[in-house]
Amino acid sequence: MLTIPCPHCGDRAETEFVYGGDAGVSRPADPAALGDAEWSAYLYLRDNPRGRHSEYWYHRSGCRRWLQVERDTLTHRVLATSFAGYPKRGSE
Amino acid sequence: MRGYSLAAILRHGLRRNLTWPEAIRHPEPKSRYDAVIVGGGGHGLATAYYLASMHGITDVAVLERGWIGGGNTGRNTTIVRSNYGQPANSAFYEHSLKLWEGLSDELNFNVMLSQRGLINTFHTAADREAWIRRYNFMRLRGIDAELLSREDLAERVPAMNLSTDLRLPVLGAVLQPRAGVAHHDAVAWGYARAADAKGVDIIQNCEVTGFAREAGRVVAVETSRGRIDTGKVGICVAGSSSEVARMAGIRLPIETHLLQALVSEPVKPFLDVVVSAGDYGMYISQTDKGEVLIGGPLDGYNSYSQRGSPATIERVLASAVELFPAISRLRMMRHWAGANDMTMDGSPIISRTPVEGLYFNGGWCYGGFKATPASGWTFAYTMAEDRPHPLNEPFTLERFESGHLISERGAGRLPGLH
Ligand SMILES: Cc1cc2nc3c(=O)[nH]c(=O)nc-3n(C[C@H](O)[C@H](O)[C@H](O)COP(=O)(O)OP(=O)(O)OC[C@H]3O[C@@H](n4cnc5c(N)ncnc54)[C@H](O)[C@@H]3O)c2cc1C
Ligand SMILES: [Zn+2]
Repeated sequence: MLTIPCPHCGDRAETEFVYGGDAGVSRPADPAALGDAEWSAYLYLRDNPRGRHSEYWYHRSGCRRWLQVERDTLTHRVLATSFAGYPKRGSE
Repeated sequence: MRGYSLAAILRHGLRRNLTWPEAIRHPEPKSRYDAVIVGGGGHGLATAYYLASMHGITDVAVLERGWIGGGNTGRNTTIVRSNYGQPANSAFYEHSLKLWEGLSDELNFNVMLSQRGLINTFHTAADREAWIRRYNFMRLRGIDAELLSREDLAERVPAMNLSTDLRLPVLGAVLQPRAGVAHHDAVAWGYARAADAKGVDIIQNCEVTGFAREAGRVVAVETSRGRIDTGKVGICVAGSSSEVARMAGIRLPIETHLLQALVSEPVKPFLDVVVSAGDYGMYISQTDKGEVLIGGPLDGYNSYSQRGSPATIERVLASAVELFPAISRLRMMRHWAGANDMTMDGSPIISRTPVEGLYFNGGWCYGGFKATPASGWTFAYTMAEDRPHPLNEPFTLERFESGHLISERGAGRLPGLH
């Protein structure tokens, strides 16, 4: 069972959250300008690392905010959490 | 290879079973092979067997990081079925089921295929319509498919709770009579022994760590036991696909998720069919040893940990007890999880890749055990001929770019929901 430290609510069980997938993928600014290869890469291709992964979680049964969580997919250790969408994203 | 037979059992039995020869050789890797398979699960071993038996390519090595059959082949709940709606899946999995039906004879190894039938219950009107539609497709294609009423169920599965007081009462079910289960280790060992007998080298404790390429072609694999030159490499590493493909510079439409299963202490026979209750997110069967084997849905987030979440176990067991109240006091004996490579449309990939001579087989989601024979059969064809067989032509990597997805559930690009 994961314990996810929500910046607003504190440590909460995984069952309070909904998983939102890879946070490293951002929607292209101008989709119409892309070819099939680039568009399908955005839609479908993932790094899927065994190790550190940036991902979204929605705190459904808590503060109802979207979080960005850094988690190790092998050990399940949560390395960092922040509210999603704030500037820090992608700055590492 | 001396065949297994009744006479052999008697002969070795008289010698107190101390004289059975080893099932496979344990060769040192050579410096070069015509073809190399990465991954010694059922799929890799089946591919090697069919390369040798159908295409005359016998200078083949199967490189396995751990021990053969120790990956998802050894962690699955062994359901074998072909109850698909999408034409590509239907043709592929029915071909696989037909191969299963002749497999013990072909391999001279009892894979313990038990065609005890698979029942999928439905609990809402919409689900009923969807299942009937799918099973009608199957009948139109000549695949066995039946509809069961509540009365049929009462007779066929007496242990099932048909009370109308359930949160989701059972409205009826569909049955594929030829579906069932097989023995996971037997399949790995059967293919391994038959491939070995045809000259294939099965090399365990040998991890592939990289691919050497020249001018866009694969020319060798780097391994923990040295470099091996080859012009053809097939990747069959369920649960490690993204990591291995990355070594060749390929990104895949795959996310890795956990699937769990658990078994109870053994009890007398009470359930002689596999039952899956989609709306409850639970499936159940009884093994030949008498254990009750229970599985459920994915945990729902990227993970390679092979440790499942107790939250899922609780949900799955609550469903199992609701539908089969008689098991409520059984103790669960073992529990495990496997890392499943989930594709973006829920269907597998058996394909050439942008690297010449490098072929990819993976993305089996939670349903690749039943695919083992057809997966090896079509992948061997693809590697030998450098083009897909009509059966795996729809299962390319390019389908994600061209838009020809094969989406059985229509769940969209959410691998955790397929
Ligand atoms: C709990 C659970 C229940 C399931 N239930 C069913 C079911 O009922 N029916 C069904 O059809 N399917 C089921 N599946 C899915 C099924 O188990 C898999 O799809 C199938 O076994 C995959 O077989 P494989 O040969 O491709 O993979 P594996 O058996 O996992 O073999 C891959 C091998 O590659 C090796 N490997 C990885 N990386 C390397 C490397 N770098 N170098 C060398 N070797 C490497 C691994 O050690 C492993 O042995 C289930 C899975 C799980 C986890
Ligand atoms: Zn919160």
